[in-house]
Amino acid sequence: MNAFANLPQFPWMSLLIMIPLCGALLCLLHGKRTNDCRGLALATALATFGVALYLFVCHGQGSERWLLYEDVNWIPAYGIRYVLAMDGIALLMVLLTAFMQISAVLLAWRVERHVGSFFALLLLLESGLMGIFLAYDLVLFYLFWEVALIPMFFLISVWGGEQRRRTALKFFLYTLIGSLCMLVAIIALYQINGAQTGAYTLVIGDLLKTQLTAAQEGWLFAGFLAAFVVKSPLVPFHTWLTDALTEAPAAGSLDLTGLLLKTGIYGLIRVAFPLFPNATADFLPILGILALVGLFHAAWSAYHQDDIKRLLAYSSISHLGLVLLGLAAWQLTAWEGSILLMVTHGITTGALFVLVALIRERTGTRSMQELGGLWGQAPCLSALFLLFSLASLGLPGLANFAGEILVLLGTFQEHPVWAVVALLGVVFAAAYMLRLVQGVIWGPAKAERTLPDLTMREWLMLLPMAILVVWLGLYPAPFLAPLHGAVATLLAGGLP
Amino acid sequence: MYDKLWLIPFFPLVGSIINGLLGKRFIKNEKIIGAIGTGAIFLSFLVSCKFFYQLVNDSVKIHETVVASWMSVGNLQVDWGFLLDPLSAVMLMVVCGVGSLIHLYSIGYMHGEEGFYRFFCYMNLFAFSMLMLVLGNNALVMFVGWEGVGLCSYLLIGYYFEKQSAGDAAKKAFVMNRVGDFGFLLGLFTIFWTLGSKHGVWTINFVEISEKAHLLSGDMILGAGVTTVATLCFFLGATGKSAQLPLFTWLPDAMEGPTPVSALIHAATMVTAGVYMIGRMNVLFAMSPTTMMVVAVVGALTAIFAATIGFAQNDIKRVLAYSTVSQLGFMFVAMGVGAFTAGIFHLMTHAFFKACLFLGSGSVIHAMHHALHHAHLSDDAQDMRNMGGLRKKMPITWATFGISCLAISGLPFFSGFFSKDEILWWTFASTRGSKVVWVIVVVAAFMTAFYMFRCLYMTFYGEQKTNPKAKDHVHESPWVITLPLVVLAGLATVGGFVGIPHVIDVAHIGNKLDQFLAPVFHHSQQLHNIEAHGTASTEIILMIFSVVVALVGIGVATMMYLKNPDMPAKFTAKFSKLHRWVFNKWYVDEAYDVLFVNTTKKLGIFCWRGFDVNVIDGIVNGLAKLIGAISTALRHTQTGQFHNYALTMVFGTVVMLAIFILN
Repeated sequence: MNAFANLPQFPWMSLLIMIPLCGALLCLLHGKRTNDCRGLALATALATFGVALYLFVCHGQGSERWLLYEDVNWIPAYGIRYVLAMDGIALLMVLLTAFMQISAVLLAWRVERHVGSFFALLLLLESGLMGIFLAYDLVLFYLFWEVALIPMFFLISVWGGEQRRRTALKFFLYTLIGSLCMLVAIIALYQINGAQTGAYTLVIGDLLKTQLTAAQEGWLFAGFLAAFVVKSPLVPFHTWLTDALTEAPAAGSLDLTGLLLKTGIYGLIRVAFPLFPNATADFLPILGILALVGLFHAAWSAYHQDDIKRLLAYSSISHLGLVLLGLAAWQLTAWEGSILLMVTHGITTGALFVLVALIRERTGTRSMQELGGLWGQAPCLSALFLLFSLASLGLPGLANFAGEILVLLGTFQEHPVWAVVALLGVVFAAAYMLRLVQGVIWGPAKAERTLPDLTMREWLMLLPMAILVVWLGLYPAPFLAPLHGAVATLLAGGLP
Repeated sequence: MYDKLWLIPFFPLVGSIINGLLGKRFIKNEKIIGAIGTGAIFLSFLVSCKFFYQLVNDSVKIHETVVASWMSVGNLQVDWGFLLDPLSAVMLMVVCGVGSLIHLYSIGYMHGEEGFYRFFCYMNLFAFSMLMLVLGNNALVMFVGWEGVGLCSYLLIGYYFEKQSAGDAAKKAFVMNRVGDFGFLLGLFTIFWTLGSKHGVWTINFVEISEKAHLLSGDMILGAGVTTVATLCFFLGATGKSAQLPLFTWLPDAMEGPTPVSALIHAATMVTAGVYMIGRMNVLFAMSPTTMMVVAVVGALTAIFAATIGFAQNDIKRVLAYSTVSQLGFMFVAMGVGAFTAGIFHLMTHAFFKACLFLGSGSVIHAMHHALHHAHLSDDAQDMRNMGGLRKKMPITWATFGISCLAISGLPFFSGFFSKDEILWWTFASTRGSKVVWVIVVVAAFMTAFYMFRCLYMTFYGEQKTNPKAKDHVHESPWVITLPLVVLAGLATVGGFVGIPHVIDVAHIGNKLDQFLAPVFHHSQQLHNIEAHGTASTEIILMIFSVVVALVGIGVATMMYLKNPDMPAKFTAKFSKLHRWVFNKWYVDEAYDVLFVNTTKKLGIFCWRGFDVNVIDGIVNGLAKLIGAISTALRHTQTGQFHNYALTMVFGTVVMLAIFILN
C-alpha cells in the first residue's frame, strides 16, 4: 500500500481537514462581527463540500482498496506518521460530513450568543470528523477522536437546553472513559508490535501483522470497543445519547446524530475489526444480539416519548441497531447495506432534527401534547416532515429502504433468525414514526398560532436533503459503487 | 414493442407531482386540478388498452422490459423492470378503467373541499403505486407498489386530518399492513436464499422464479417444505393487504376516508393486491397443497365471519366494508382451491359492482350531507336509519345500486353470478377443493344476498326517516357522479360474459378470460393436477342450487325489511346478547388491544422508564454519587494548611525509603 507514498500528490485529504480548521480560526478571530462569521462559516462549509464532491466524482467508481493515500513522517523518534488513507467507505463518510455541515451552518444562522465561537466550534468539529474518517495512524486517529469530542462538549454545555451542564458532563464522561480505554490499548499495541518487529509504528496497515496471544487480543480489542460502542451507541451504553441529543443546540444535534454517532461504527469497521480478527470473531454473536436488543428497546421506548427530539434520539438508536446487526452478520450485502444505511440515516434523521428545530423556533415547544395540526398552518414544512418521516420508517423508494433491505437480506443469509427478529422490529418503526406524524402535523391544532412557512434559507437546507432522500431511494448505485472494493477486502482480510 | 410500458405508471406520477406542487398556490381552480388528475389516469387507461390489444393479438404472452438498474450488490441484482402478461394486463384494465371512473366521480364528490388538490395528488400517487405493484417484474418493485399503495391508503384515510379518529384509523391501517409486509419480505428472503445458495440461481425476478421453482420441490426448512414456508409467509402478507383473518380489522376503520377512496382503494384495487400476488406466484403456491388449503380455509372463514358482522351494521359504508372483506374471502377461496382464473375473474367483477355500490353510497351520503347541512342538522349522514325511501328522490343512484346488489348476490346473468359460480364449482369439484369449505362459502353467499338487500331496503325503500327539516332537500347527484355509476352498473351487468362456464355456453362463445389467462395459470395447474372434475349435470344442479340460495337470502331480507319493518327490532330484542356481539364486531378490536397493543405499550414503558431511566441512569448516577462521596471524604485531606502537607510529605518519603531499603 506504500506504492502511493513516493508519488507527489496534491494533499486533497489534508485539505478536507485544513479548510474547516482555518475557517474555525478565522471565525474565532472575527467573533465580534456576526454577519462575517456566518458568511465565513458558510463559505468554509461550501468549500469543503466542493472538495469532497470533487473527490467523489473523481474516485467514486474506483474499485481498488485505497483511492487516496498521504504519508508524511511526523514524529520520527516514536515512529508516528501523518498518514491519511481514503477508501470507498471513508469517501462516503467524508461526503456525508461535508454535505451535512452546510445544513448545520445554515441551521446555526439564528444563534445569537457568542456567534463567532459557535461557528468556530462547529467547524472544528467538522475538521475533527474529517480526521477520524481519514486518519490511518492510530495516534492521529486518537487525536482527531478527541478533537471531535471537545467542540461537542462546549456546544452542549454553553448553547444547550435547560439541563445542559449535567448533560454535557454525562456526554463527556461517557465518551472520555471510552476514549481513555482506547488510548491505553493503542499504547499497549504499539509496545507489543514494536517489541516484535523492532520498528515502532502506529500505522494501522503495519500493525495488522502483529502477533498477539488470545488474551492480549481480547484485552486490546476490549479497549477499542469501549470507545466505539459507547459512541455507536450500543445498548446498554446509550443513555447519554438521548440526553445529549435532546439538550444540544439544533446544529449540534444535527452533527451528533448525523455524523458523530457514525464515528463509533466507522471505528469498528476501520480499526477494531481488522486489527483483531480473532477477538472480532468471538465478539460478533454478542454484537448481533445486543444490536437486536437495541433495535427493539429503542423502538419501544421511542413510542412513549412526548418530546420530539427524544423520540428521534431513540429512533436513531433503533436504526443504528440495524446498522450494527448488518456488521455482525459479516456478509457483503449486509455490510454494504449497513454503510449505506449509515449515510441515509444521517440524512433523514438529520433533516428531521432540522425540522424539529424549525418547529421549535416557530411554536416554542417540542412537546407533542402541545403540537398538532401543523398541516393546516405550514403545509410545506409539514409535507417535508412527512417525507422524511416516511423515509425514516423505511418506505420503499425512499433512502432508508435500500440500506435496510440490503442489511436484512444479507443478514438472512448468515443468521436467518436474526433477520426474522429484525424484520419484526421494522414493524414498530412504523408505529412510532406514525405516532410522531400524527402528533405533530395531523390532528386538531392545539393552539391558535399563525406559523410562517419555510423561508428561503430553510428551503436551502432542506431541499437538497429531500432530493437526496429520493435519489438514494430510487438509484443508490452511485453510492454503492465505491463500497464494493473496500468491503470485499475488509471482509476477506477479516475473520480467520 | 413493449418498451413503453413505463408510460402507464408515469402519467399518474406526473399528475400527482403537478397537483401536489402547484395545486394549492398556482392552479387553484378545481376544474383544472380535477381534469389533470382524471386526465392522467385516463391516459394510462388508453395506453393500457393499446398494450392489452397488442397482447391479445400477440403469440408471445410474456414480455419484460427493464428501465434502469436499481441496486446491485453481491449476488443481489435488482432492476426497475416491468412485466406484461395476461394477468397484469387484466389488472391494468381494471385499475385504470375503474380508476378513471372514480377520479371523474371525485370531481363532483369532493367539490368545495379545502384540500381538493391534495386529494387528487394522493389519488394519482395511489394509481401510480398500484400500477407499479401490478407491473413490477420482480418482487422488490412489486414491494415498492405494495408499500406505496399502503402509504396512499394511509394518506387518504387520514385525509380529514383534523379528525382524531381518521388519524387513528390511518395509523392502524399502516401498522397492520406492516405486519403483513413482514411476511412478504420473509417469504421473499426464503425463496431468494434457498434458490441461490442451494441451486445457484440468485434472483427475485418473477419469471425466473416461476421457471426455476421446480428446483425447490425437495428442499426443507424448519421441518417443512421451503415452498410451504415461503408461501405461508407470502400469504401473511396477503392477509394484511387484503384484510383477511386475522389482519382484517383495519379495513372497516378505513371508511373514515372520503367515499371515492373507499371505492377505489378499499374495494376495487388495493385490497385485491393480495389475490393478485398469489396469482403472480401461482407456481409456488401450487407446489404446496398445505398452503393452498390454508388459503382456502382462511378465505372461507373470513367470508362468513365478515358477513355475520355485516348483518348488524347501520353505517352504510361499514356494511359495504364488511361485504368487501367477505368478498375478498371468496377470492382467496378460489386461489386456495386452485381456481386461479376464477379468483381473478371475481376480482374483476367485484371491482365493478363493489365500486358501483360504494360510489352509490357516496352519492347518497353526498345528498344526505347537503340536505342535513342545509337544514343545519348534525344527524349522521351515513346512518341508514336516517335514510329510507330514497328511491324516488335519487332514481339513478337507486337503479345502479340495485343492479349491483343483484350482481353481488349472484343472480343470473349478472356478472357476480358467473364469477361466484365458478368459485363454488371449483371449491366443490377441484382436486384441491373441499366440501366443508364449499358449505361455508354457500352459507356466506346466502348471507351476502341477505345483508345486501337489507342495505338496499333500508336506504331506498320504505318510509323516508330523514329529519323532516332536511327531508325535501335530498336530490339526485350531478352527472359527474351519476355517469360513473351508470357505466359501472353496466359493467356489473354484462361484465360476467367474458367468463361463461362451459356447461351453459349454448352459443359456444367459450370462456374468454380462461383462455386469455391460460399462459399464466395452466402450466402450474397441469403440473400439479389441479382441475375441477365432475359431470355437467352436477355442475348445473349446483348452479341452480346457488341461485336458489341467493333468492332465499333476498326473500328473507324482503320479508324482514320490506314487508314487516318491525321484525328486525323484535328479532334483536329476542337475541339481544348475540346482537350485541355481532354489532360490536365480535369484540375482535378489543381483544387485539388487550393482547397486542397494550402489551407492546407496556413493554415500551418498561424499556424506557424501567430500564433506561431507572436501571442504567440509576447505576450511572449511583456511581457519580459514590465518587462524589469519596471525593468529599478525600477533601478533608486538602486542608490548605502547610504543616499538614509537610507531615504527609514526610510520611510518604519514609514509606518510599522503607520500600526501597527493604527491597
